[in-house]
Amino acid sequence: MIDKTTNQKAWFLVAPVVVLVAFNALIPLMTVVNYSVQETFGDNIFFWEGVKWFEQVLHSERFHDSLLRQLSFTSIILLIEVPLGVAVALSMPKKGPWVSVCLVLMALPLLIPWNVVGAMWNIFALPDIGLLGRMINGIGFDYNFTQQPTAAWFTVILMDVWHWTSLVTLLAYAGLCSIPDAYYQAARIDGASSWSVFRYIQLPKMKRVLTIAILLRFMDSFMIYTEPFVLTGGGPGNSTTFLSIDLVKIALGQFDLGPAAAMSLIYFLIILLLSWVFYTLMMRNEEQ
Amino acid sequence: MLLSWMAWTWPTAVFFLFIVTAITSMGVWEHYSPGGGPRRGVLGLDTTRGDRLFISVLGSAFIHLAWLGFMGTPLWGGLILSIILFVVVFKWV
Repeated sequence: MIDKTTNQKAWFLVAPVVVLVAFNALIPLMTVVNYSVQETFGDNIFFWEGVKWFEQVLHSERFHDSLLRQLSFTSIILLIEVPLGVAVALSMPKKGPWVSVCLVLMALPLLIPWNVVGAMWNIFALPDIGLLGRMINGIGFDYNFTQQPTAAWFTVILMDVWHWTSLVTLLAYAGLCSIPDAYYQAARIDGASSWSVFRYIQLPKMKRVLTIAILLRFMDSFMIYTEPFVLTGGGPGNSTTFLSIDLVKIALGQFDLGPAAAMSLIYFLIILLLSWVFYTLMMRNEEQ
Repeated sequence: MLLSWMAWTWPTAVFFLFIVTAITSMGVWEHYSPGGGPRRGVLGLDTTRGDRLFISVLGSAFIHLAWLGFMGTPLWGGLILSIILFVVVFKWV
């Protein structure tokens, strides 16, 4: 046994972060909890309502619909982005001058501000003047994302895949680069097929970074707001109104702060639960 | 008042007091019996005391929401189920 000197003073170094988190997360969250049980008409006057708003949100058809849309959107983009990101990472060069070119190209979409991504894709996909919209119509499909729900979904998903697959790719690539050459040599000696190399060497070694990638993509896509807001504004109709867009409509559009607070707490609990389930399942697989 | 913008109410204050007390008592517990009491529970999960608290609190939140959604107010039934959940999770999970 090594005798470690315990010095609890190091905890003071964490104090600035604690203060920061208190101001940007804990205190606002507490305020939201307080708002969720009251009715207000502004001017800091509040009336106690109990759990009425929670009951209202739980029974609201509108909430069920946007939750369902949100879950579908997140599942679709995870199913596309994770395999695609891994595939791109596998095909990227490991050595040579092309490495930096590929890395920069991959990082580019991540550097663009979210509202700019929305605006770019809006113009890009316009059926009359946009390159993509014009092209799809040109090859014979009837495509207009401002009027057809399917076209709007297609565009929103394509935009998200374009914007965020690189994140999965970069993380997977980092995981791949950390595999020592000895593993590949051993695989070559055993005459392993490229599938076995992927299945028994690359995939297990990428597990940790992929866990992080899936968690990040899950949380980000579940909270997505700016890009679909700029691209479709939640429309046509309500077809791309995801949870956060709906929440902002209730909170700022209708100024129903109580129901909006209740809804955001339920939203928060769902994210917390799903993130925990993802994390636990993936960490459990790791041990086996 | 300085805090009036936060719109405090007694029930929400009690709720946060419970959370703060729970976290503080975890600290005290850890001080007297360090290590977090890790074990593999009935669900096959490796948990420490902190994990068990997290599972219990999150589970209670969903029990209350489910009770509210299916049975409506009052929420005493949800509270009783949550206390049972706490005991079960801390004993076996």
